[in-house]
Amino acid sequence: MAEITFRVKRQDPQDKKNPEAHWEDYKITYEGNLTVLEGLFYIQEKYDGSLAFRYCCRASVCGSCAMYIDGAYRLACQTNVKHLDSAGSPDPVVTVAPMPHLPLVKDLVCDMTDFFAKYEYIMPWLIRKSPDPEKELLQSPKDRKKLDMPIDCILCGCCYSSCPSVWGEENYLGPAALLKAYRFEVDSRDEARKDRLSRWDNERGVYRCHTIMNCVEACPKELVPTEGIQWLKRAAIRRRLFGRLK
Amino acid sequence: MIHHDVIVVGGGLAGLRAAIEAKRAGLDVAVLSQVHPGRSHSGAAQGGINAALGNHPEGRDDSWEKHAFDTTKGGDFLGDQDAIVQMTKDAIEVIYEMDHWGCPFSRYEDGRITQRPFGGAGFPRCCYGADKTGHYLLHTLVEQAYKHQVKLYVEQYVCKLIVHEGICQGVVAYDMIRGGFEAFSGGAVIIATGGAGRIYANSTNALINTGGGMAMAYHAGVPLKDMEFIQFHPTGLYSTNILMTEAARGEGGYLVNGLGERYMEKYAPKFMELAPRDIVARAGQTEINEGRGINGQPYVYLDLRHLGAEKILERLPGIRDLAIHFEGVDPIEEPIPVVPSQHYTMGGIDTNVDGATIMPGLYAAGECACVSVHGANRLGGNSLLETIVFGRRAGADVFRYLESRPDKRPPNARAAFAAVQAMEDKVEALARAEATENAYALRTEMALVTKEHFGVFRDEAGMKAGLDKLLSIKERSAKVGLRYTGNVFNLDLIRTLDLEGMIDVALCMAMGALNRTESRGAHYRTDYTKRDDANWLKHTLAYYRPGEAGPRLDYKPVTLGYFEPEERKY
Repeated sequence: MAEITFRVKRQDPQDKKNPEAHWEDYKITYEGNLTVLEGLFYIQEKYDGSLAFRYCCRASVCGSCAMYIDGAYRLACQTNVKHLDSAGSPDPVVTVAPMPHLPLVKDLVCDMTDFFAKYEYIMPWLIRKSPDPEKELLQSPKDRKKLDMPIDCILCGCCYSSCPSVWGEENYLGPAALLKAYRFEVDSRDEARKDRLSRWDNERGVYRCHTIMNCVEACPKELVPTEGIQWLKRAAIRRRLFGRLK
Repeated sequence: MIHHDVIVVGGGLAGLRAAIEAKRAGLDVAVLSQVHPGRSHSGAAQGGINAALGNHPEGRDDSWEKHAFDTTKGGDFLGDQDAIVQMTKDAIEVIYEMDHWGCPFSRYEDGRITQRPFGGAGFPRCCYGADKTGHYLLHTLVEQAYKHQVKLYVEQYVCKLIVHEGICQGVVAYDMIRGGFEAFSGGAVIIATGGAGRIYANSTNALINTGGGMAMAYHAGVPLKDMEFIQFHPTGLYSTNILMTEAARGEGGYLVNGLGERYMEKYAPKFMELAPRDIVARAGQTEINEGRGINGQPYVYLDLRHLGAEKILERLPGIRDLAIHFEGVDPIEEPIPVVPSQHYTMGGIDTNVDGATIMPGLYAAGECACVSVHGANRLGGNSLLETIVFGRRAGADVFRYLESRPDKRPPNARAAFAAVQAMEDKVEALARAEATENAYALRTEMALVTKEHFGVFRDEAGMKAGLDKLLSIKERSAKVGLRYTGNVFNLDLIRTLDLEGMIDVALCMAMGALNRTESRGAHYRTDYTKRDDANWLKHTLAYYRPGEAGPRLDYKPVTLGYFEPEERKY
């Protein structure tokens, strides 16, 4: 049996008596392995039914449980407490907080409304002008490989929460939405031409990225949004000089 | 009260595909989902989606007829053959459609969609995008839903159907962000809430797969069909039951026991590791039960090392990451400890080939539905296919239903308010209850009972004991209460409300299994080891009996017409 303390940031803005953020400690005993998500369920079941957090797949593919754990962006389900720096201490304490710089719903649940509004704004779908062929749209493995990185995005929000340009400008689209724009603009099958361009080729779009690279560090899927954003900047210039994107 | 023409419950592949189809037909469509649609469990699917495209060099002679035969035989002849034929015919078209919408399938040199061999299939017909096919398909449909401006109500926990004069007219949902119950009325409701994997303690499924949609329909009087057929995937990670795709074997991976033998040689000499899942899961469980697990431990190995780093990184990068994160094993260097794990609910809400149930206005599609195409055992690569084919068909049929309805009156507002009131009263009662039982403890107990008594191998004595335990859990579940009554993101409320439906769905599974005195597909009884077509070539129907502990069971014939039942050999 192992024991660990979870120090969880609690806040219920609706609670008139106690609307402020505060930390609460919970002792957890476990055998074998323990993920942070399992620890949160332990607390919710054994100590406090009011604890709020998002969850779904528990296998790091759905993007629900992004949090700020021991000072870093992580997926709670993917985080084995043994792998945290605190694990080595005789009396380990794991701190669990919601993703910072986002409006809060309750406890570990952030308001993702703006995040998804920006996702929708960049027109995140394949735009085709030519008639569909009878079979598949052919795409070479080389062109398909360009999609490998951006299509692994799980829209967890870590990059968005970590980006100082988002903190400073609420209308900045942020790394996730721009990575999605890149995913389509770089796709050999996409025929958007100018349709999507005006959405990201402006001061609320790619030019607000100052390559601080927090997003790269924050991404639990080890994606590189900055690479996509830089590609878009080059593409915008190609577009202006030569009239083509790709 | 909020009104839309069509209310879709669930934002996975089936729900989104249904919504897009209905929207494109000109209807006003809303999707209600407990999580953002992009987080649905469809996204966890890995291996691929079947369609006889004939793109693979060894698949040139493939056809939808052969796909239909493999599906029928894989399902041990319990599937309705008209529905199977419909699915395999539609398959080719829907794959091209997903491609035209931008789904990033992997590609051959000539630019066509890649296909790989999969269990129980005579040809390599499983179309894939690396080992993240579900994620790619799901995000493609989320994107299309945004494009078509389908109205999305995110983080809505739907808990009750609104039924007026026998017609389904909407749902009641708990708004997790704003709090409170709200009625969503509509001319038709499509349930697409996925499977009930979480009634088992050893499931590969997402934590939200509690069978809630099945329970809602069941409680409203619509029968659940073939619930005793639960699929166990041969390769869940030993410690967490997280899925290791069948594609690992499709790409050439071995299953190995503690003696270092590729044990599938004994069970399916021709198909080996690519026999249908029920057979491979039984083989693995037999090796474990007979003491040939790894070092006598209750697991076997999935060995990919001989595939080499390059192939693993290109074709199976997703499960490599999962094995590293969740089992501490890099498949390039070491074999992966795996164990048969609950994976799929073949049964579900009884529907026809257009997703319609016996209740006017109520549809179901995807894993929560039972058309039935999977029969007694689903083939890998057919579940993603089912979601899209039958989601699309349901969306189209809803349009026909709404057009043809003689009664064009709007949904009955009084029925909607009464349904909301019923939920509020229920929560009020739970909040006041002097709880003597703990909902979480009961849920855990139930999931361990199903795992122990209704697993890969079943028999009369074990199932009877299991059923008694479930009935006692059902009785005790009347004594749970709420510990937290806040409005916003109340997980205590959601998880307590889940319990009743989970137990009722488990009871349908258990009673169906106990009654069926034969072995067929995934339902394997050590006391009745043969398939019995004379008595059991029929579907089980479980009807809710208000006030009674378990369902009333009835049966209906299987639709044949294309393939005569034969003995399965692989």
